[in-house]
Amino acid sequence: MIGENDVRYVAKLARLHLDDAEAGRMTAELAKILAHIDKIAELDISDVEPTAHVLDIVNVTRADKPRPSVPRDEALKNAPAVGEDSFQVPKMS
Amino acid sequence: MSALDPLRLTALEARRLLIEGEVSAAELTKVYLDQIERVEGDVHAYILVADDDAAKYATKIDSEMGAQRGALAGLPTAIKDNMVTEGTVTTCASKILAGYQPIYTATAVRKLFDDHVVMLGKTNLDEFAMGSSTENSSVAVTHNPWDLGTVPGGSSGGSAAAVAAGEALWALGSDTGGSIRQPAALCGIVGMKPTYGTVSRYGLIAFASSLDQIGPLARSVADCALLLQHIVGRDPRDSTSVELPAPVQVPTAESLEGLRLGIPREYLGSGVEQGVRDRFEATVALIEKLGGRCAETTLPHTEYALPAYYIIAPAEASANLARFDGVRYGYRAAGADDLIEMYERTRGEGFGAEVKRRIMIGTYALSSGYYDAYYGQAQKVRTLVRRDFASAFDQFDLLISPTSPTVAFPIGSRTADPLAMYMSDICTIPVNLAGLPAISIPCGLADGLPVGFQFMGPAFSENLILRAAHALERAIGFDTAPTFRAASEEAPS
Amino acid sequence: MSGWEPVIGLEVHVELATQTKMFCACTVSFGDPPNLHTCPVCLAHPGALPVVNQRAVEYAVRIALALGCTVRPRNVFHRKNYFYPDLPKAYQISQYDEPLAVDGAFDYWVGDERLSCRINRVHMEEDAAKLVHSGESGRIAGSDYSLVDFNRGGTPLIEIVTEPDIASPEAAREFLNQMRNLLVELGVSQCIMEEGQIRWDANISVRPAGSTTLGVRTELKNMNSFRFLQQALESEIPRQTAILEAGGTIDQETLHFDPETGTTSSLRSKEEAHDYRYFPEPDLVPLVMDPAFVEEIRAAQPELPAARIERFVRDYGLSRYDAFVLGAQGPLARFYEAAASGADPKLTANWTMGEYLAHINAAGLEPGHGHVTPARLAALVGLVVDGVISGSAAKQVFALMAEERAEPQEIVETHGLGQISDEGALDAVVARVVADNPAQADQFRAGKEQLLGYFVGLVMKATQGRANPKLANDLVRKALGK
Ligand SMILES: [Mg+2]
Ligand SMILES: [Zn+2]
Repeated sequence: MIGENDVRYVAKLARLHLDDAEAGRMTAELAKILAHIDKIAELDISDVEPTAHVLDIVNVTRADKPRPSVPRDEALKNAPAVGEDSFQVPKMS
Repeated sequence: MSALDPLRLTALEARRLLIEGEVSAAELTKVYLDQIERVEGDVHAYILVADDDAAKYATKIDSEMGAQRGALAGLPTAIKDNMVTEGTVTTCASKILAGYQPIYTATAVRKLFDDHVVMLGKTNLDEFAMGSSTENSSVAVTHNPWDLGTVPGGSSGGSAAAVAAGEALWALGSDTGGSIRQPAALCGIVGMKPTYGTVSRYGLIAFASSLDQIGPLARSVADCALLLQHIVGRDPRDSTSVELPAPVQVPTAESLEGLRLGIPREYLGSGVEQGVRDRFEATVALIEKLGGRCAETTLPHTEYALPAYYIIAPAEASANLARFDGVRYGYRAAGADDLIEMYERTRGEGFGAEVKRRIMIGTYALSSGYYDAYYGQAQKVRTLVRRDFASAFDQFDLLISPTSPTVAFPIGSRTADPLAMYMSDICTIPVNLAGLPAISIPCGLADGLPVGFQFMGPAFSENLILRAAHALERAIGFDTAPTFRAASEEAPS
Repeated sequence: MSGWEPVIGLEVHVELATQTKMFCACTVSFGDPPNLHTCPVCLAHPGALPVVNQRAVEYAVRIALALGCTVRPRNVFHRKNYFYPDLPKAYQISQYDEPLAVDGAFDYWVGDERLSCRINRVHMEEDAAKLVHSGESGRIAGSDYSLVDFNRGGTPLIEIVTEPDIASPEAAREFLNQMRNLLVELGVSQCIMEEGQIRWDANISVRPAGSTTLGVRTELKNMNSFRFLQQALESEIPRQTAILEAGGTIDQETLHFDPETGTTSSLRSKEEAHDYRYFPEPDLVPLVMDPAFVEEIRAAQPELPAARIERFVRDYGLSRYDAFVLGAQGPLARFYEAAASGADPKLTANWTMGEYLAHINAAGLEPGHGHVTPARLAALVGLVVDGVISGSAAKQVFALMAEERAEPQEIVETHGLGQISDEGALDAVVARVVADNPAQADQFRAGKEQLLGYFVGLVMKATQGRANPKLANDLVRKALGK
């Protein structure tokens, strides 16, 4: 059974701020959804191969040939903060 | 120019009129822009209407392109706002992408642009395509043109409502667990999800990469075929894309003679409303009259498909949506003291409740110690679901079912219970898990609201599905013009 | 600290010298102004998708084969999820439980001792972008903000993980030095350390000498030169030993090396949990390694340094040390072999390791560049062997050869450096030298044999080193009546 501590741990991993009310509500909702999802545990399918891709395609690669990159202005135009032609982020510690 | 009815005009007919010079691209575009002007205030199908650009481009097509006109030149088209369009803001109906200006165009959209369609605008959706009602949009709630008090379905609810309301000739949507077919069903139009990989996902803002697929929404099966024809093809920028073994044909079939159709009994469980059941059964009877042979079959792992989907899709989404971090584009929370606070507040404020819920489920399902029990197990269920379909297709050419267990439901009626909302996709999800093609066509009304009928086929059976759906569509003769019933009006009995 | 022995494992990251990035067609670059080489894929714009660079796969297989690994028939890319500004998708496309290659070994030398280190795995991934922290120190601590430059982001990266088979800091240093030579030789990376093209982390634990169980290890980071690696390991061994001897336990943690103090320290007291949530990358399909493709790469593989060193010992009769000096790096080895094909291999080895290496080091040249070609060095060695010039004259010839584009024979002639082997010509010189030093001549005649060298030296000086030494010897003895 998922508890509020699990929810806070997962929110931390996912970098999602949840206020106290949200965390409580989320715990209840996730518990309900997980109860439904847990149904798949019923199946004993240890010998079944997992499906990661529905199509059996393999070895899709491209030649090592450069194509033009986007102009720097274009790369930076959506950035919330820019400095010295780079993307600026708040202090990291 | 004769009076054109945007509620009934098909793309094939519009193309004929354009080619024969009976209508100009500018005139045709104006028909749709006028309709948008008239009904958009009630429907809210669009996030962005590109009226000036559309009108200008249509005029340009009329005056400049002559013999160089692409095969779809001048056809007014709506694009779901989870496909990036360079030069046109794309938001995925999320606050976290408010004002985002894409630096490239999605391959499927690029192909349509190369064919000179006129883009009318970007349609509304559930934020990041997560939802079945288009209520989870940070922009607006889209209303069903049949009954403005009900939802249009989702997540391509904006595209479906736009087509149904005559605000677009046709539209592109995307389908991860039913997001084209279910809104098409609820809005009384045709919607098709192609075989996984046949339409490039490059530029489709990823929800669940192994399930997502772009497809057409239109007023007829033939229109769907025409639009599909122009978006399929292997794309060197999408490693999971493939070429269809045969070109998509615009169907002309009138008979279902000899077609073996299986009805998976698991799709007609207790959740299916009586009205939907009645319309489905009547349609089965009609199919038999057209020469089709219907019989019950089984897809025994169907009950595990929904839980498997609600692990795989959120797990992939949790990674796909991690890039929305306030660094390179999109929303950034103001005033954060350090990086981690910036990340957490940006994402906490930028995503809506349903998106956060799915990120949480997905992150949890992948987190240390849970992978095998959840994601690993769900991928095995996926194998079982594929095997179910494979054995059914040993005996049947196609499978049929209702598209949605219910008709359009009242706005707000399921928002309090996420799980109830998830059940909307019970008939559509297994096909996504198996990567198969499927179509929904309207098969009549129940309580004055459209009922969708679904054909499902083996991988790459698009042409067979289109032929069958076309023949049935002609026999049903559904009138696609919606009633625009006001929210307060009673349904006609 | 006797009684304790270190156990070291390395994790090496190598940037491949491909034209384009791992998953997009942006140019791989070094030192360019920020954010000139980006696109929707490597900026992780919504909807963008990765496509694998074929050449990167080829290079990776080259490395795997050179390390004797088994190239696995099926390769799958995974997503490794974590948030960091240099990781635009917030996941790194890497490999997890289905990597490129496993179970290899790398042989290297420490002095005359040949050692072997098992290779656990070799896998493909993508590099992170570059972060610059504002503020004077350039470090995270104390900076107001950081800047991200995505030019490097997405560069093809190979990760090589060893087993803990390395038994000393010196061995770790030699391992890396020789691994670097190998990678350069393979043509897969230039391995320029200043550009970060090769980087490494180390795992280290200590245990009672002779024990076979592994102790708790720490992970050392931020060692960007071979010297720092050795220093970091050398400071970590006594630290761990002291803790264990005092009855304490080692915390499994990540330690950062500080080049200024030469010691390691834990940056965060509470390391955040690593929960990377690996799952198969749905945007990429598996790579199935066709055996023919692998064999083609194997067949085209150049001779590797280890094999070449063995061959130099065998074929040229060099000592293991000389073979190592000459054979460890391709350009010098190729120079030596070309020269040795035209002259005595051992003398050529001495000249290559002595005058030649000194010359290119002083001039800042790569082996094989400059006026001293292998053919000229071989010709010079030939002149010495044939007695045309003396050893000391040869050094003069070499010095002149390094400066002008000329054959050694020409230099000998134009500078008159040929040996004087004509008795008549030397007799007069010897007579004069003896006459000028009567006291020493008497002492020699009285039995002070050591003075022979003194007289020969004077003869050499008088002839500017051109006298045939043996002849000069004989003539001095004769002139002094002995
Ligand atoms: Mg790594
Ligand atoms: Zn790029």
